Amino acid sequence: MNFLEKLLALDRRIIFLFIAIAVALPLFFTVKLHIEVTPVVRNLHNALEALPPGSKVLVSLDYDPGSMPELQPMAESFFRYCFMRDLKIIIIGLWPNGPIQANSALEVILNEPDIKKKNPKYGMDYVNLGYTAGNEVVIERMGSDIPVTFPKDYSGNKTEDIPLMKGVKNFNNIDFVYNLSAGYPGTVEWVLFGVDPYKIKLGAGNTAVQAPQIYPYLNSGQLVGLLGGMKGGAEFEIATGHPAKAVKFMFSQSVSHALICFFILIGNFAYFATRKKKGA
Amino acid sequence: METIGIWIAALLTLGIFSFLYKDNPFYKFCESLFVGISAGYWFVTTFWQVFMPKLADNLIAGRFYYMIGAIFGVLMLLRLFPKIGWLSRWSLALVVGTTAGLYFTRYLVSNGMVQVQNTIIPLYVKGNLSQTIGNLVIVIGTFSGLIYFFFSKEHKGAFGGLAKLGIWFLMLSFGASFGYTVMSRMSLLIGRMDYLLGTWLGLIR
Repeated sequence: MNFLEKLLALDRRIIFLFIAIAVALPLFFTVKLHIEVTPVVRNLHNALEALPPGSKVLVSLDYDPGSMPELQPMAESFFRYCFMRDLKIIIIGLWPNGPIQANSALEVILNEPDIKKKNPKYGMDYVNLGYTAGNEVVIERMGSDIPVTFPKDYSGNKTEDIPLMKGVKNFNNIDFVYNLSAGYPGTVEWVLFGVDPYKIKLGAGNTAVQAPQIYPYLNSGQLVGLLGGMKGGAEFEIATGHPAKAVKFMFSQSVSHALICFFILIGNFAYFATRKKKGA
Repeated sequence: METIGIWIAALLTLGIFSFLYKDNPFYKFCESLFVGISAGYWFVTTFWQVFMPKLADNLIAGRFYYMIGAIFGVLMLLRLFPKIGWLSRWSLALVVGTTAGLYFTRYLVSNGMVQVQNTIIPLYVKGNLSQTIGNLVIVIGTFSGLIYFFFSKEHKGAFGGLAKLGIWFLMLSFGASFGYTVMSRMSLLIGRMDYLLGTWLGLIR
């Protein structure tokens, strides 16, 4: 068995080990990578920049801890941006864990010095309306009546008594919708049941697995902008001028991708070289 | 208390990772624990966030028409009794009918009409080469992709060539999806590594 044949029969655990090292080692280094903000992320940022202070932004967190590494940095950077710009945040979840993820992101952001100075108040500057069952039907129902769909907030306060919710009847009173999605129900349902029937302005952050499915909605203008995976999150952090977790992880991501590309190339080379030999 | 939580999470992560070496009792334990806790968590969530607010609270408030939904819910459970299990089909029929009706119009508009409308674009945009190329790719890609899925005519000659071009476009889209999937999986691994090396061991800040 020559070297190339040995390579083809390589124990997959050795590859796992290499990947683990490629992911872990870069985490110890702070390398400034040049991260280009792509048009899809730039469009989302521009749409948010166009909102005047005091605008109401509905954030739907439709994911669970399984997608945290990709979507949590997006949630944190979005909340940070909203607080800095004095945008009012209304949080909901079509997934039961969504509002819990929101609270965990808020806990991080509200403890940052810049945000502490702003001193955002619950009920005035942000509110968490929690989760309600019904998947896409929830979106449909919000189109006619948000307080009926979410009669109480996450802590059990009556929605109609919350100052931020005064005058919020349906999507007509929401200036922008931002959806963080890891599957069903998520961005597709927001487009189908929110964008087209109610003409809401929608921006989204998705897991990378889901992103290719969402791209057609960008070309058609049904979606204002999209953050695709951790890379999209990093671009948004750059666009908002506050590099954080996603940017920090990009070096690790780049090294691991380079290693995978190397394995794909070498694997293909070994395969074709040995096949030629066998054929001869 | 938080430290104990971090240690438990870290050890369970390592337990799941240990499967990469080979199947072992530690992995089996972690897997079973995850399945059990998930089932329990979903049961409690469903009870407090669906059953109580959506049904019980409404019935207590005197909105008895919610009983219609409750009855259909009970019918669904009758699948557990083979003799009268057929009654569950009524509930299923309601769910299937409603969902089909709801999605038919929405898909037709969002995924059909709007997408078709956005494929009818100018093939030449004056003074914008990249836009022109982008539009050509969209139109040719959509057209050849559709040709590939047209099986009523043999894929031969010019028609076959277009179908082959469609395959290339499909392959490219599969490749892009695969690339995104790799990115996603790497992100998850990065998240766990950051937890193990940073939150647990405190080796990175």
